[in-house]
Amino acid sequence: MDRSSNLLDEALGLDYGQTDLSSTCSGRVVVVEDCVETSGAFVLHHLVKRSLSPLTSGIVIFVALAHPFAHYDRILRKMGCNLLVQKDHKKFLFLDMLMLKCPDGDVKGGLVELYGNIQKAVAASALPSSRSITIMVDDLSLMEVAANGSSNHVLDFLHYCHTLTTEFGCSLIILSHEDIYSTTDRSTLIVQVEYLAEIIIKVEPLATGLATDVHGQLTVINQGDCGGQQSLQNKKCNFHFRVRENTVECFYPGSQT
Amino acid sequence: MAAMKSRSSSFSRNVATVPTPQIPGLKCGPNGTMFVSSGIPDLDKILGGGFPLGSLVMVMEDPEAPHHMLLLRNFMSQGLVHNQPLLYASPSKEPRAFLGTLPSPILSKEDKHRDNDIEQEKGLRIAWQYKKYFGEQQQNFGVHMDGKLDYSNDFDLRKPLDRHFLGNQHIDCISLQGSPDLSTFCDRCSTFLAQLARHDDSITCAGRIAIQSFYSPQCEYSNMEWEMLSCIRSLKSMLGSSNAVAVITFPPSLILPSFSKRWQHLADILLSIKAIPDEDKDLSNLLTGYQDMFGLLNVHKVARFNTQVPFILDATTFSMKLKKRKSLILECLNQAPVDGSSGSSYGTSGSCSGSSKAGKLDF
Repeated sequence: MDRSSNLLDEALGLDYGQTDLSSTCSGRVVVVEDCVETSGAFVLHHLVKRSLSPLTSGIVIFVALAHPFAHYDRILRKMGCNLLVQKDHKKFLFLDMLMLKCPDGDVKGGLVELYGNIQKAVAASALPSSRSITIMVDDLSLMEVAANGSSNHVLDFLHYCHTLTTEFGCSLIILSHEDIYSTTDRSTLIVQVEYLAEIIIKVEPLATGLATDVHGQLTVINQGDCGGQQSLQNKKCNFHFRVRENTVECFYPGSQT
Repeated sequence: MAAMKSRSSSFSRNVATVPTPQIPGLKCGPNGTMFVSSGIPDLDKILGGGFPLGSLVMVMEDPEAPHHMLLLRNFMSQGLVHNQPLLYASPSKEPRAFLGTLPSPILSKEDKHRDNDIEQEKGLRIAWQYKKYFGEQQQNFGVHMDGKLDYSNDFDLRKPLDRHFLGNQHIDCISLQGSPDLSTFCDRCSTFLAQLARHDDSITCAGRIAIQSFYSPQCEYSNMEWEMLSCIRSLKSMLGSSNAVAVITFPPSLILPSFSKRWQHLADILLSIKAIPDEDKDLSNLLTGYQDMFGLLNVHKVARFNTQVPFILDATTFSMKLKKRKSLILECLNQAPVDGSSGSSYGTSGSCSGSSKAGKLDF
């Protein structure tokens, strides 16, 4: 397959072509942080593809607040993954939350309903076999907007989803925008989410500016306690990446010819 | 489009299910997107074709200068020239008055020749400068003789748009002042976009939304940050499923930084305008043609629909100038010759999109 994205997979503790996030340990929380200059959506696409790969027979529950289904469908199709087919086979559940707006008086209600749908889907999928389940949120800052700014309710929602990781062994992957929070007092949502997370993936532009060959740099911080992966504990990996239509190329700085 | 049909394999034939549209003002783009022109041909080239349908364009204003109005004016005029429905919102009490300041398109010389030929064929002899008095008749002429209007026009900022373009009943103006919250505004936007909803088969027409200075201290909703965000977010969601483009300008310096970042993340295309001070010795030593520039345009983000590959521009900062004092052009910044170089010096010209002037020869 594509050996070039191995750096990212290695940093995440995914053995080449065999396991995925949920199997290595009992479900993990991953936070992807990006900024206006460099979008981190490609990491989500890569993880969707890995989770739906035929070798792992995983299930993905995708909470979409940013883009419609057609957008992801086209992108993943170029990467060799047909989301429509996966949807038909009940392996890809797309929750279209583009128009999610929690009513003013009942902010909690909207998110509770969303959590209920996710929990039902997870419970239904977990029973037949020990399939790995991945819940993805794209993206967290829009969930705050939908909740009219009450980050407490969003945090509650995340905590509830976190219980699913321990109860059913599923993984939780959240996309968030780091530069929104960097300007404010740090005791906000992002700090809490980073505390919850076992892996933080930061997507940043190059310090030297724009380049056509190198689109930015990835920093993967493993801070969780992952039983089998001793080598990754408290490890921080940094490398450059280039996004292509069908894959992500990751390489150490200066090694791209 | 084809994406809605279920398939049994992950291979899909690259068949164009929608024929190239004969609708003026629309152009096919990559990844199944359709472009409309921004009204500034240089900007279209920089952005790779124009504004994709369904995109939200945000322009960050410089509170010291009204140059963002030029972008808005050209955008709105382009839409009216192509007979596209327009929704315009501004904090002023009389937004309709702004329509009187919209620029008129500059017809190229070839069009004038064509005009004369076809007129002679038709046996009518109307001198070209009197055509503007013929209102409706002229409009019919326009469609008939051109067959196909240009995708994008240069606009003469000194000349106002012909009245007959403004008589179009598809123009809607909203004043953002006076209402306590944004619910009426959001409703107006959703009704406007509902008419332009995207269907799988074909596009009948595209629409434009222009919102000037969305954040403005004189508006009552301006301390309701989350409501504003929510309004923009729902506008963006509705845009995604309709054949329209929205341009919103706002002054980021007047908003809390974290909210400004949230707005920027919502944008599909993000531009910012900065004014150039009239007398800046450092800048004038650094750049050629400094005297002609009145502003700088920065491209922060380019829309990426249906693809994950970022669009890397050769240059992100462009100078805003007036060509022949009437139309807006964007140029790459050229570094001025450094003093002390031997022989004749050539300005280093940027090898990128945007009209590139011939290097200045300094003898």
